[in-house]
Amino acid sequence: MAAPSNNPPLLEVKNLRVEFPTRRGTLLAVDDVSFDIAPGEVLGVVGESGAGKSLTGNAIIGLLEPPGRIAGGEVRLEGRRIDDLPYEEMRKVRGAKIGAIFQDPLTSLNPLYSVGRQLVETIQTHLPLSAGQARTRALDLLKEVGIPAAESRIDHYPHQFSGGMRQRVVIALALCADPRLIVADEPTTALDVSIQAQIIALLKRLCREHKTAVMLVTHDMGVIAETADRVAVMYAGRIVEIGPVRDVVKHAKHPYTKGLMGSIPSLGIRHDRLTQIDGAMPRLTEIPPGCAFNPRCTERGRRCLGERPDLMAAGATRAACWLHERGGVGTAVTKELADA
Amino acid sequence: MLAFILRRLLQSIAVLLTVGLVAFALFRYVGDPINAMVGQDTSMEERETLREKLGLNDPAPIQFLVFIGNAARGKFGLSYRTSEPVGRMILERVPATLELSICAALFALLVGVPMGVYTGLYPRHWLSQLFQAVSLIGISLPTFLIGILLILIFAVWLRLLPSFGRGETVDLGWWTTNFLTWKGIQALILPSITLGLFQLTLLMRLVRSEMLEVMRTDYIKFARARGLTNRAINFGHALKNTLVPVITVAGLQLGAIIAFAIVTETVFAWPGVGQLFIQSVQFADIPVMAAYLLLIGLLFVLINLTVDLLYFAVDPRLRGQGMARPAGH
Repeated sequence: MAAPSNNPPLLEVKNLRVEFPTRRGTLLAVDDVSFDIAPGEVLGVVGESGAGKSLTGNAIIGLLEPPGRIAGGEVRLEGRRIDDLPYEEMRKVRGAKIGAIFQDPLTSLNPLYSVGRQLVETIQTHLPLSAGQARTRALDLLKEVGIPAAESRIDHYPHQFSGGMRQRVVIALALCADPRLIVADEPTTALDVSIQAQIIALLKRLCREHKTAVMLVTHDMGVIAETADRVAVMYAGRIVEIGPVRDVVKHAKHPYTKGLMGSIPSLGIRHDRLTQIDGAMPRLTEIPPGCAFNPRCTERGRRCLGERPDLMAAGATRAACWLHERGGVGTAVTKELADA
Repeated sequence: MLAFILRRLLQSIAVLLTVGLVAFALFRYVGDPINAMVGQDTSMEERETLREKLGLNDPAPIQFLVFIGNAARGKFGLSYRTSEPVGRMILERVPATLELSICAALFALLVGVPMGVYTGLYPRHWLSQLFQAVSLIGISLPTFLIGILLILIFAVWLRLLPSFGRGETVDLGWWTTNFLTWKGIQALILPSITLGLFQLTLLMRLVRSEMLEVMRTDYIKFARARGLTNRAINFGHALKNTLVPVITVAGLQLGAIIAFAIVTETVFAWPGVGQLFIQSVQFADIPVMAAYLLLIGLLFVLINLTVDLLYFAVDPRLRGQGMARPAGH
């Protein structure tokens, strides 16, 4: 494993399960997810829409929207269990120890308060500073995230900023109390491509300077490759592969990851045709027995239809696929046989 | 901003002129004012002389201009019924109506908004369900029935509060007030509740639905992610964002409270302009009706102007450029 340090992990997620009670039964949206994030490390979490990556992030910051709830497992921050904290205790962790950045900077800021006021209230919620000191800190943060003419911009309202500038303000807000971890949920998805690169570069620089760890949730493999130290690939509520970003990108071990990587266009290399994964991710109500990916998998065997693989060592990464276990996938299954 | 205010002022004047036209039409088309003024044995010549003297033979536009000019100076002529100057009759009664209306509006705001916030924040709590159920009653019962029920309970059965009139008032020269005596305040309670109850339930339901909406927004979720306290989120971020529609409706409702104080004033024999209006209708006392019409028009226009200015105070997106006003009215 290529974790950047030998320190105890900053964040430990163990066997996390998130479920949604519905009229037609309980849906398991995050199923037995475990991973660590080391101090200062950037963990990318990728997957299709509905793979459970945002829910995992929300579960960590304790903001699952009802009726969603944590049904099992635990989340530890600096060794302290945080998934079962009462609301008020967790509130003190949010913003102070864990910052969050959401997808849409246009709607993340309260339109009726100036950005300065939103920064100052966040700073004063978590740090024992006077109004004047808090304002100075707010100003410093705005400068740090690259807002030009911060002294005059601090009293402006969100609608007076462009999308990219607003996301910078959102990042400043997440950094108010110098948290140890930032959960960034699709931080660039709503932005123009040219702005995306700037925001990613900013996020990278800030985390390096503040030694802040990041859980970067996105469906954009390019962003992950650019930013992350390690990457976790999620599929149908489970992590199917996790490992150093270089290994996952170059030598993916899970057929789903391979498909995902094959579907990214890249400059320089000439593809006749991008590979694509046939079919679609199953809905939560229709997850097949065995490996959830088996109906779309080109390498499936008999074993994949009945037994569900857990993460297992596969080269430099860990993948949840029977290909990497001594027993293998069993005899190959043709389409006709699977459908029968 | 200044241009906006000027534009609104011009619109207000146009509205008032239109109301004036309606009031003026009352004079011209609801019967012959000479008939109302003179006895049956007045000769045709005398009538004609009076008609000429009063300017009733002038062309209609001239008469209208004269009417507007007089109205602007507060001259509405003499009441057909009491032969007193209409302006003074109305002014004498305005304090009673305004004090009642303001109490009713405050009651509606101070009780309705917190109830709305509570039901919006905790929609499943039993207290919220209770508020919701009670508000249905407030919305569906007619005002006069509520007034009569309140009189029955608090004045007849419990004998706690007076059932009619203003009680004791203190004359401040140009204004008579209920607020300075205990009896006056007691007399205000039942009519204010009667008049304000409908508005209260309306405001409560409005704040509740706005609150439910706002609590689902991203910036509230982000405020939670920033670890802000519930107090700051609920009463700062959320409540302020519900204010624009609430101000719109509250403003319109204040106008409605003043205008429809008529029913409550009748039920409680409250000596306000509404009661005066009802009496005037019975006697076809057109000068009073016309003046009342203009007064209500003026109040509506003033309230709307205030509401428009409050938008600017609440929503920074409207400041600076002359952007579109929020939908609402």
